[in-house]
Amino acid sequence: MDLLVLFIILMLITLTHIKFIAMKQNIPRTQPRKSATFDDYTLSEIRRAAVSGIYDIRGGGSKRVLPGLDDLLFLGASMSRYPLEGYREACGTDVVLGTRFAKNPIRLKIPITIAGMSFGSLSAQAKEALGRGATIAGTSTTTGDGGMTPEERGQSETLIYQYLPSRYGMNPDDLRKADAIEVVVGQGAKPGGGGMLLGQKISDRVAEMRNLPKGIDQRSACRHPDWTGPDDLEIKINELREITDWEKPIYIKIGGARPYYDTALSVKAGADVIVIDGMQGGTAATQEVFIEHVGQPTLACIRPAVKALQDMGMHRKVQLIVSGGIRNGADVAKALALGADAVSIGTAAMVALGDNDPALEEEYQKLGTTAGAYDDWHEGQDPAGISTQDPELSKRLDPVLAGRRLANYLKVITLEAQTIARACGKSHVLNLEPEDLVALTVESAAMAQVPLSGTDWIPGKK
Amino acid sequence: MDMLDLKELGVRGVNSVLHDLSKSRAKSYQINNPMGQHSIACGLDATMQVKIEGHVGFYCGGMNQHAEIKVNGHAGVGLAENMMSGRIHVSGNASESAGATAHGGLLVIEGDASSRCGISMKGVDIVVGGSVGHMSAFMAQSGCLVICGDAGDALGDSIYEAIIFVRGKVASLGADCIEKEMRPEHQTKLKELLEASSLQADSTEFRRYGSARTLYNFDVDNADAY
Amino acid sequence: MCGIVGLYLKNVELQAQLGSMFKPMLIEMSSRGPDSAGVAIYRNPVEAGQTKFSLAHDDSGFLWETLETNLAASLNCELATSKVANHCILVTDAAETEVISWLQTNYPEVRIVGSGKSIEIFKEVGPPEKVYEQFELEHASGTHMIGHTRMATESAVTTAGSHPFATGADLCLVHNGSLSNHNILRNNLEREGIKFQTENDTEVAGAYMTWKIRSGATLRQALEDGIKEIDGFYTFCIGTQDGFAVVRDPIACKHAVMAETDDWVAMATEFRAIAHLPGSEQARIWEPEPSTIYVWGEQ
Repeated sequence: MDLLVLFIILMLITLTHIKFIAMKQNIPRTQPRKSATFDDYTLSEIRRAAVSGIYDIRGGGSKRVLPGLDDLLFLGASMSRYPLEGYREACGTDVVLGTRFAKNPIRLKIPITIAGMSFGSLSAQAKEALGRGATIAGTSTTTGDGGMTPEERGQSETLIYQYLPSRYGMNPDDLRKADAIEVVVGQGAKPGGGGMLLGQKISDRVAEMRNLPKGIDQRSACRHPDWTGPDDLEIKINELREITDWEKPIYIKIGGARPYYDTALSVKAGADVIVIDGMQGGTAATQEVFIEHVGQPTLACIRPAVKALQDMGMHRKVQLIVSGGIRNGADVAKALALGADAVSIGTAAMVALGDNDPALEEEYQKLGTTAGAYDDWHEGQDPAGISTQDPELSKRLDPVLAGRRLANYLKVITLEAQTIARACGKSHVLNLEPEDLVALTVESAAMAQVPLSGTDWIPGKK
Repeated sequence: MDMLDLKELGVRGVNSVLHDLSKSRAKSYQINNPMGQHSIACGLDATMQVKIEGHVGFYCGGMNQHAEIKVNGHAGVGLAENMMSGRIHVSGNASESAGATAHGGLLVIEGDASSRCGISMKGVDIVVGGSVGHMSAFMAQSGCLVICGDAGDALGDSIYEAIIFVRGKVASLGADCIEKEMRPEHQTKLKELLEASSLQADSTEFRRYGSARTLYNFDVDNADAY
Repeated sequence: MCGIVGLYLKNVELQAQLGSMFKPMLIEMSSRGPDSAGVAIYRNPVEAGQTKFSLAHDDSGFLWETLETNLAASLNCELATSKVANHCILVTDAAETEVISWLQTNYPEVRIVGSGKSIEIFKEVGPPEKVYEQFELEHASGTHMIGHTRMATESAVTTAGSHPFATGADLCLVHNGSLSNHNILRNNLEREGIKFQTENDTEVAGAYMTWKIRSGATLRQALEDGIKEIDGFYTFCIGTQDGFAVVRDPIACKHAVMAETDDWVAMATEFRAIAHLPGSEQARIWEPEPSTIYVWGEQ
């Protein structure tokens, strides 16, 4: 009797179990869903941090989607505005920078300059290529946080010499050889940060120029060693003028932090030219967290900077150069329309030279990345030979060919800017104005202070 | 010796004369009435002697090359900043950032130097007869800093290969800066510098400080030092 | 960002020349402070039971006489006024708090720039040379003077934003540098009942001092707490009834220099301001140490 009860109980359990399994096999699973907060990149970064114990360092500028110049559109000619014919009806592109105090202002054929990038972060061949290309195009290049090389001074017809917190390689002979001096207060990728170059790129030559032991990780100063604040900067700028007998324009470069006040204070400190660099602006190397979370988008910096100049009666008297993610002639035209006198390119120039080229995909794969995403420039293994000090890799870059590529690219974006300007009825690109623009989003309308497309509305304006 | 009155000529006037490298210029000058003005005798680029009677402001002798500058008085911020070669001698005290980022030459301060003396120095030799303030030799890359008096807080913070000699007390040491053994070659160098500076001091009374070199390549365990 | 200067006369025979000695000091700081200027001069101490107010009005045509009449009638007090440009020095035997409250109710657009026994504060937008002239300070006499030339950093160039800021009876503050936590401090002080007129960081430092002293701290204690609680880069010069105090932040990047002779004690952002004083070449010259409070003329 007990055995029978036991048998029945066992059967019941087994049958229930079988039914349960059968039920489970019929339940559809939900779609696997990744977290928007803990996305793939974030997860990989947490894992990397857990192994290394050090923050992630990379090159380039902000990679996230940001309100930007793409959100603005030009109003072309129609019933009330008339376009200029291409070629015959000239659209000027020349610009003069540094008219305020200097004996010898900078005269450029195009309103696009090459931004400061150091020898050390870039190969000598890359610096030479930049000099060659810029000279063909009739514009300037800028030294970086490492000093002036003879190659760059030799190849670049107009050379701006950066004066940075580190003062690596700074000396009065090079100061006198420069065409202008750019006092670097900060840059868009890391406003408040200093230069960074890791051991892999501190070759013999770089070490000698920077007065550092070879192969060490360079530590960075984020403040200038002998002045702090615009009131003391004024005295420092006067010193630089005294040393160079007041001949050369002095630029001040600032990262996008408080563009209105930064611009006003730069004017008060005595700048001839002001460079404002938004967060899309690249760096050779800094902490990822700095690039993505400190600074403002370039679009957000332009109008406040221009307003500061206008409020002080200095617009077009102290020139404004805008940089940080300038990519094409439309960006150039938009920056000028918003009030800039010129733009500066860094990342785009590197790409024109050959950075992140899909032709090198196999090598990018070996580095654990892919063409278009490669940003570990601090490791100095660039297969394109641009952001490396490795002699074998650097040899891959032919400075003459690469210089030609840069010149071509500069030609194209100049033509694009002219095309747009002509369509808006302008005989000179500097005659573009904010009223030539509308915005596609509320954010970009507010930042650029132009109407939302299809409306009269400028958010924030009474 | 040519006399230049800064009250009359202004800083630009004085510097224009000093920058004039034409053959007819004098090889030695005296500048009177500096009135604490800035950038006096900066950017000199020739073997010449310049004596300044009185107190000078910021950046006196900035980016000096080859010239010998003597200040009979005190000097303001950034004395001899980025000097490449030559000699600058101050009879009084110097303000912050004396010898900042200088690459060569000799800077002598008979009195005290303020904070950040020798900041980011890149090869200059600095001899201070008195004491120095906090953060001296901050990120000092190369060259020698000799301190006959005391040193303030955080001496040699983040120092690279520069050498510091101190006779008096050190209030505290900065990150990666340690006391090091004084070897014969250091004694010799120190004696040379003291002699060149004309300051009387016994080189055997000094101690040597320099980099522990633990920050040369990043290690997470040193993160506190950054 | 600015220039600050202070002059205290040890030799009473020089008091008649205070204004003329101070003038080149202030003017020399114009290049680092072109936007506005202000001074606090300590002179003409009032009788016991009296208070001296420094008042200002944006309208230079404002009728101070009417205010004088109304105030005398309302509070049934003795008073005397003297007008200088758009400022007015008012001396009265009415209670200080009553006067302030009456003014705030009846003349809200009148700015109470300072008060005490001997302090007078004058400040205005414009180049320092013009401001000095406008307030007829060249021939002023007194015991000591604090001055400021302003380069506005993150707030507007307005008169209200100019220094010195009054922080209590015969107390005022001038500042060179840039604070970094003044917004948090302002919120806290507002909750303590303090009203602010500007977005200026220095106004917060001044209000902080006012609040500390009002809560019973001595000047030294207030400054000691300030060193701990106020963040950023600063050199402060505080005018007191008997002299002045100087303090620098721990990092001490903003330059400051002091000088002393048998005749005077001076402080300035740059030595070239002091260079104009008689005997400056032979003076004892030194720099204030960071996080250290220096006080002159303490009783």
